[in-house]
Amino acid sequence: MPADNDHETIGSTDTTVTTQEAGSRRGQRDAAGVALAGVDHQPGAAKPDAILVADNIVRQFGGLRAVDVDHIEIQRGAITALIGPNGAGKTTFFNLLTGFDQPDEGTWSFGGRSLKGVAAHKVARMGMVRTFQLTKALSKLTVIENMRLGATGQKGENVFTALFRGLWGAQEREITERADDLLARFKLDTKREDFAGSLSGGQRKLLEMARALMVGPEMVMLDEPMAGVNPALTQSLLGHVKDLREDGMTVLFVEHDMDMVRDISDWVLVMAQGKVIAEGPPDAVMGDQRVIDAYLGSHHDAPLTEEDEQLVLAEAEEALERERAEAEKENQ
Amino acid sequence: MDWTRIIVNALEASVGLQTVVFALAAIGLNVHVGYTGLLNFGQSGFLAVAAYGLAVTVATFDLPMWLGIIIGLAAAVVLALLLGIPTLRLRADYLAIVTIAAAEIIRLTVRSVTFEETFGGSDGRQAFAAGFYNLNPYPVNEYNIGRFGFNERQMWILTVGWILVGLSCLVVYLLMRSPWGRVLKAIREDEDAVRSLGKNVYAYKMQSLIIGGVLGCLGGFIYALGQASIQPDIFGTDTTFFAYTILILGGAARVGAPVVGAMIFWVILSLSDNILNEAIDAGYISPKVIATAEVGQVRFMIVGLLLMLLMIFRPQGIFGDRREIALDAR
Repeated sequence: MPADNDHETIGSTDTTVTTQEAGSRRGQRDAAGVALAGVDHQPGAAKPDAILVADNIVRQFGGLRAVDVDHIEIQRGAITALIGPNGAGKTTFFNLLTGFDQPDEGTWSFGGRSLKGVAAHKVARMGMVRTFQLTKALSKLTVIENMRLGATGQKGENVFTALFRGLWGAQEREITERADDLLARFKLDTKREDFAGSLSGGQRKLLEMARALMVGPEMVMLDEPMAGVNPALTQSLLGHVKDLREDGMTVLFVEHDMDMVRDISDWVLVMAQGKVIAEGPPDAVMGDQRVIDAYLGSHHDAPLTEEDEQLVLAEAEEALERERAEAEKENQ
Repeated sequence: MDWTRIIVNALEASVGLQTVVFALAAIGLNVHVGYTGLLNFGQSGFLAVAAYGLAVTVATFDLPMWLGIIIGLAAAVVLALLLGIPTLRLRADYLAIVTIAAAEIIRLTVRSVTFEETFGGSDGRQAFAAGFYNLNPYPVNEYNIGRFGFNERQMWILTVGWILVGLSCLVVYLLMRSPWGRVLKAIREDEDAVRSLGKNVYAYKMQSLIIGGVLGCLGGFIYALGQASIQPDIFGTDTTFFAYTILILGGAARVGAPVVGAMIFWVILSLSDNILNEAIDAGYISPKVIATAEVGQVRFMIVGLLLMLLMIFRPQGIFGDRREIALDAR
């Protein structure tokens, strides 16, 4: 399969974004920014309109406290990034929030309804849909079948009604129409009948995101949406994430790429060693000493100022002088 | 060598009782393994509970045949629930371990001395098929085309058997083209992804286990009625592995594959058996190389060899789609 051509067709899409769309995106971003303007830049800060609230979430793996989060709130309608060094517990925290793993302690709620002990598939039905770090395209299903699968409330998914096409055929056509619209938006319509397994890494990420939208979520949780994506596709993917906010969805995503975090997020949460250590708007967080320490270690060498340099030089010269004096003494 | 006899035997094998029984077993297994990705290594257990449900109801308790069939079907559903409830939440391998053990437990229980009065020990149960043959619409006769043909009893069981095979294939076809079938295939690919889209994966896997078990158990009824007698050792692990072989031959996750696979499997066994025997009798093969008593084993070697060749040159099976196999290599 000529993978290179696919990248070109998809990568080129973003240049066609109209100024009107861009303006509207900026509008949403401004709205989210205004809403978050008065929020304290401290871990666990209260948000004006929180969709997801978690308290005292603890997950222990043997002796390791992988996640230990006191309190967080995620603002509705904003793009929130979850960053942190490797092993900080970001993905584990994601799994706990979405019901793929259960914490040892803690309570959390989505849109006011408690999610404690709720199974993963029910969390998705409530409107919180996730994607995975390692893309889970369903390889031996075609792209359109992947999409159709995402629709909820399908009559034909009951084993008895499944036998009679008359009972689910009409709904299937509606679902297919919706799926085709989304495929066109994500520029995957030319791949409609291909096996999902034959797509490139970036196309799989797009498919996974489009499939998640078929569920009709209020909140989308993206686990490293940019991991393993061809740079040509990055801009396109970024655009799609911004579109989610434009459509009124809330986005929480885990990411390592700082440029992406700075570019699209309204708010950033930083995790290290299982705890949320900082939060705030992207620029403020990236200058935060706690964040720098978490990423680089607190005992890293600080860059030298000019005064420090003078001091060090003076010390070195002094030492040299002493040595010279000692050498002269020995010679005498 | 009597080639006519060899060919007639092969033709009879292609539509015979064994082919029907194993086609049904493999159709059920196809729902589990081919469509849902559930590694069921105890398909023989489903055949056993159906056959014994029928035989024990009629022969031991002297109750009518229709009740025996209902009990056999119910036993298959109960077995699926017993296997599924503890294992379907776990990784796929656990189901494989539990199913192979459960099938052996069933076989060893029904052949045990303790329950000999009920299940008949290692001799099994006989004299329960009269009710079935009383319904036979075929008058007493030989139904032959040349030397190929069956008597009226065989005609009756094969008619019922092939109708069941046809209906089972129709049910599988209707289910697998539906959104329900789409969920099963998606679970086979990645169940976490399906869960993330709001589907109750556990419930779907349980439904698949029950439906595949019930379809497979029909093979148990046909075997019991066709032979008019059952023994526990028929339902050993061999039966399950024959069904797997048939499924791989035909190509997994294709509606007609188990049927064609079963035909090919039993035709190859019949052909190799008859050709080898005739060749030994005619003196083409020295009894020092293969004795008549060894033919039974050698024919399975031939099936094994053919299976290996198939895996090398056509890994997708006869009906499979090569593109799908190519995806696994990525």
